[in-house]
Amino acid sequence: MEQINTQNIEIKAIKQKKIPDWFVSWESFLLFTVVVVFILNCFASPYFLDPWTLSDATFNFSEKAIIALPLALVIIVREIDISVASIVALSSTAMGFVAQAGGDIVTICIVGMIVGTLCGIFNGLLVTKLNIPSIVVTIGTMSLFRGITYILLGDTALKDYPESFAYFGQGYVFSLFGFEFIAFLILAVIFYILLQRTNFGRRTYAIGNNPTAAYYSGINVSRHKLILFSLVGLFCGIAAIMLTSRLGSTRPTIALGWELNIITMVVLGGVSILGGSGTIVGVVIAIFLMGLVTVGLGLLNVPGIVMSVIIGLMLISVIAIPKLFKKFKHKTKH
Amino acid sequence: MNNLLKNREIQLAIVVGMLLIIIGLIIPDFLALSNLLGVYNDTSILIILALGQMLVIITRCIDLSVAANVALTGMVVATVNSTYPELSVPLIILLGASLGTILGMINGWLVWKMNIPAIVVTLGTMSIYRGIVFLISEGAWINAHQMSDSFLRIPRFELLGLPILGWCSIIVIAAMYYFTRHRQLGRKIYAAGNSPTAAYYIGVDVGKKQFIAFSISGLLAGIASYLWISRYAVAYTDIANGFELQVIAACVIGGVSIAGGTGTVMGCLLGALFLGIINNALPVIGISPFWQMAISGGVIIIAVIANSLSERKPGRIILRKAVQNAS
Repeated sequence: MEQINTQNIEIKAIKQKKIPDWFVSWESFLLFTVVVVFILNCFASPYFLDPWTLSDATFNFSEKAIIALPLALVIIVREIDISVASIVALSSTAMGFVAQAGGDIVTICIVGMIVGTLCGIFNGLLVTKLNIPSIVVTIGTMSLFRGITYILLGDTALKDYPESFAYFGQGYVFSLFGFEFIAFLILAVIFYILLQRTNFGRRTYAIGNNPTAAYYSGINVSRHKLILFSLVGLFCGIAAIMLTSRLGSTRPTIALGWELNIITMVVLGGVSILGGSGTIVGVVIAIFLMGLVTVGLGLLNVPGIVMSVIIGLMLISVIAIPKLFKKFKHKTKH
Repeated sequence: MNNLLKNREIQLAIVVGMLLIIIGLIIPDFLALSNLLGVYNDTSILIILALGQMLVIITRCIDLSVAANVALTGMVVATVNSTYPELSVPLIILLGASLGTILGMINGWLVWKMNIPAIVVTLGTMSIYRGIVFLISEGAWINAHQMSDSFLRIPRFELLGLPILGWCSIIVIAAMYYFTRHRQLGRKIYAAGNSPTAAYYIGVDVGKKQFIAFSISGLLAGIASYLWISRYAVAYTDIANGFELQVIAACVIGGVSIAGGTGTVMGCLLGALFLGIINNALPVIGISPFWQMAISGGVIIIAVIANSLSERKPGRIILRKAVQNAS
């Protein structure tokens, strides 16, 4: 009798394995949506399927996408950073002043990255040393950092950037791909390896799953979180270099409201806001999805604020729909 | 005496008092009764919204969509008033209050039934509500001359030196005080936020309490929207943009813990007054309004640092939590 039972179980297991996990995963669902949106875009506008349109479209999301990569790690360890857009503004302001003082490109870039990293460290120290929830810390620093740019700039703009500085935001690699996009792809691969193939990545998941257990298995939880917050700051600095270079000027309203877009990218990518799960592959696909939706709507002349409605709806529905399905399944079973 | 000083509300009241004295030393006129009433009147909307936000934060959630709710409800209220000027104002307020409640209920329902973290829900609805304002107004403004006379005049009507607007906030404060201290539902909201597991085992539906907190926050936003529109006599898409940060800041300064379960009406009121006094005093002292944002950010951070340092040590825990001693 028992043998038959085990056999049955084995058969069940084999049957279940017929559908590889990958097909029912979040990433494949996203990829499917990307394809659908891509096809819809082709119908929506005759200008969409042009290599130049596609290449230019990448400029829209590359800067945000670069911040989304480390932010995904922060959200995996159960923290959040909503001050990202303000960090971009502050680093851009710092770069503007260096450029005004006649600094060369290297100095400008280094200052941008240092200011970004310092902002990240500031967030991280408040979260880890004083044990304050990151949402409150970053709500505070969000207005603090942006407020400092308002104090420094008021209603003026900085625009004394050297001409060669424009390459980071406007340059092309192989005369077709935007420099920003290539930089994003390289960073995405690095983050994939970091999160999925290294001890650092495993520790990130461990902390996100259960910080107490992670602490008692010898992981320095607060140092790890501090590193992640600094990493977000550094990447905000990098994004600030690209954005400033693309726009050619710094105003206090630079990158206003980006945090919504960036957090949507991460959550849409399947990273649980409760921590512990999510992959870089998912985040990257979600970034492409959002990029395609934005381009499609842009080709249809949809105004930006309406796009933000659609992004908001996407953010809520991608989390709600799978849950509704589960509920429905649950009900039909009983 | 020592115990009295340890009380958060009293500490905060002392800080607010000291702030007033410092400003009074620079500009004595600031402390004139009529000016103080003016400052209070100016802070009224912030107080009303902060009290709603307090309930939401007590249940361990956060409502980032309040300002967008004010904008959307306000735009609807203004549109209705400009299209049907003969409609009586109480009816319009009722419309605003119910629409605000519905918007709050949408947030609450998504948190309760869909189990989506409040920050994700309200981050989404924040941009959805704000976008809908643009869609219904098509980007156009509704100006004072399009609004009816009674619509604009009622909140300005002075009673004992304080406009109706100020009295509205006093009524809301009294109602919230009664609700949070003396009603079973109010106490259950605290229970749900303090320890959801324990609340569940004594028969409190935690999700439902979160839903109720969001609905009340929406109701107050609906009422505030009418007050806002009639006070500033203009409605446009970007109205109250970023005001949610001020509202949350008022709560955090007032000692409402983001971890849930703590926060009082008095604290919240003092937090809002603190911000209101700073906002009103800055231009008088001659500091550029560009400083306002950084100052409110800095104040939030100082307040949360003060909170975390003064937090009472919890009871005996055998295994200490990672975040508490990992340093």
